Amino acid sequence: MNAAVTVVFALLGVLAVGSALLVVTTRQVVHAALWLVVALGAVAGCYLLLRAEFVAWVQVLVYVGAVVVLLLFALMLTKAPIGVSEDLDAGLAQRVVAAMVALATGALLVTVLVDGFSGEVIDQGATGGAPAIGASVFRSWVLPFEVLSVLLLAALVGAIVLSRRDVPGAGAADSVAGGR
Amino acid sequence: MSVLDLLLRLVLLLACFLVLPLVVGQIEHKAMAHMQSRLGPMYAGGFHGWAQLVADGVKFAQKEDVLPAAADPWVFRLAPALALLPYLVVLALIPVGAGQAVVSADVGIFLVLAVMGIGIIGTVMAGWASANKFSVLGALRAAAQLLSYELPLVLAAASVAMAAGTLSLPGIVEAWRPWWLLWQLPGALIFLVAGLAELSRSPFDMPVAESEIIFGAYTEYAGLRFALFLLAEYAGIVVLGALTTVLFLGGWKWPFLVGGLGWLWTLVKTLAVAFLVIWLRVSLPRLREDQLQRLAWAWLVPLALVQLMITGVVRVMG
Repeated sequence: MNAAVTVVFALLGVLAVGSALLVVTTRQVVHAALWLVVALGAVAGCYLLLRAEFVAWVQVLVYVGAVVVLLLFALMLTKAPIGVSEDLDAGLAQRVVAAMVALATGALLVTVLVDGFSGEVIDQGATGGAPAIGASVFRSWVLPFEVLSVLLLAALVGAIVLSRRDVPGAGAADSVAGGR
Repeated sequence: MSVLDLLLRLVLLLACFLVLPLVVGQIEHKAMAHMQSRLGPMYAGGFHGWAQLVADGVKFAQKEDVLPAAADPWVFRLAPALALLPYLVVLALIPVGAGQAVVSADVGIFLVLAVMGIGIIGTVMAGWASANKFSVLGALRAAAQLLSYELPLVLAAASVAMAAGTLSLPGIVEAWRPWWLLWQLPGALIFLVAGLAELSRSPFDMPVAESEIIFGAYTEYAGLRFALFLLAEYAGIVVLGALTTVLFLGGWKWPFLVGGLGWLWTLVKTLAVAFLVIWLRVSLPRLREDQLQRLAWAWLVPLALVQLMITGVVRVMG
């Protein structure tokens, strides 16, 4: 990587980590969702600088465009007050445990990444466009891809079954919880 | 591409971005008026009220910038920019002629769909930050609509990408042949309908239904910020028209007069689609929420899957 790319990459990294911290520390619940947009967008920028163009736009399409919108939708459908929510705060013990879990997870991920890819050099001439990804997903990794597809299909069918009211036995969770 | 060339392209892009939505807005004023046996604006600027929207712009600029007392100031102020900017990015990626896009990307179609999905966050932010029940309702409806119609939109676009064997927008136009008009017809219709729904244009204008929730997410906006939302709506129509042109109508291709004038055909086709969008607004009543969801999930998604299947079969056989 040349110097300019490295600097921009570092800035995007700082932006991603900073906004991610704001997601968990802000006491305004909708602001947390909006900071998540910034964090996910910064990660997409990092992908872009790592020459993974396709993955970057998938990140924007799926996470920024769909997941966060769904999140905001769910927030507004239930409870999304403007201003600070006092009950969004946690006790000291919980904060310490949460920070420790986060640090441990981060350390694990960093170790795995450094262990697995520390020697890799990104070919600046190559573009991580759709052909390269398509070839590796549908040739080398086709089996995991299919297994994931089946898993997603199962989740989809499960969601439909859970939300249907006209099937006897479905929606049982509701009647147990006192019905509607 | 030299720096000067890029600068020229950016200036042209900005000019298009500011002028074309106004042109579409003026066409809407006049075409809608004539379809309803009215004249529409007749005085501003002299000739058939051509400067009506310029006058409107001046009026908007003079208005007070009102911030509701209970609103969330930052989110409220940021929302119009977030609603408008994605369309600018998309417009930069549209190839108006052979090799004549401001920016070219290998995965253009994907990038365009990804960026277009961001605009909705602006609407949702506006609705929430206004501290107004009607606004939140409007934002909710807009979000629900987007979530339902994003799927058919992406599937329809995927069908063209499959047919052309590329994700690049200029590549799709290069591969396009006139008989695709028939082959990709269901996809084109799905794309147009889903695009209309994403823009919250009639008949999918439940999110801004003025008679029940007084313009939804934009209720509390006034002056320039409101004008930015309006500009975003018309820029959205331009972008939808341009994308439909590039993906389904052959972009700059035409049976005659193509050499050097390709951009003109792109413009003509884009404005034709924009006219269709206006025509639909005049002719169709608003869809109810349940009808809206039924149309997306029971008709458009299955139809888009059938289109994908047809595209796949023709590609493999041919």
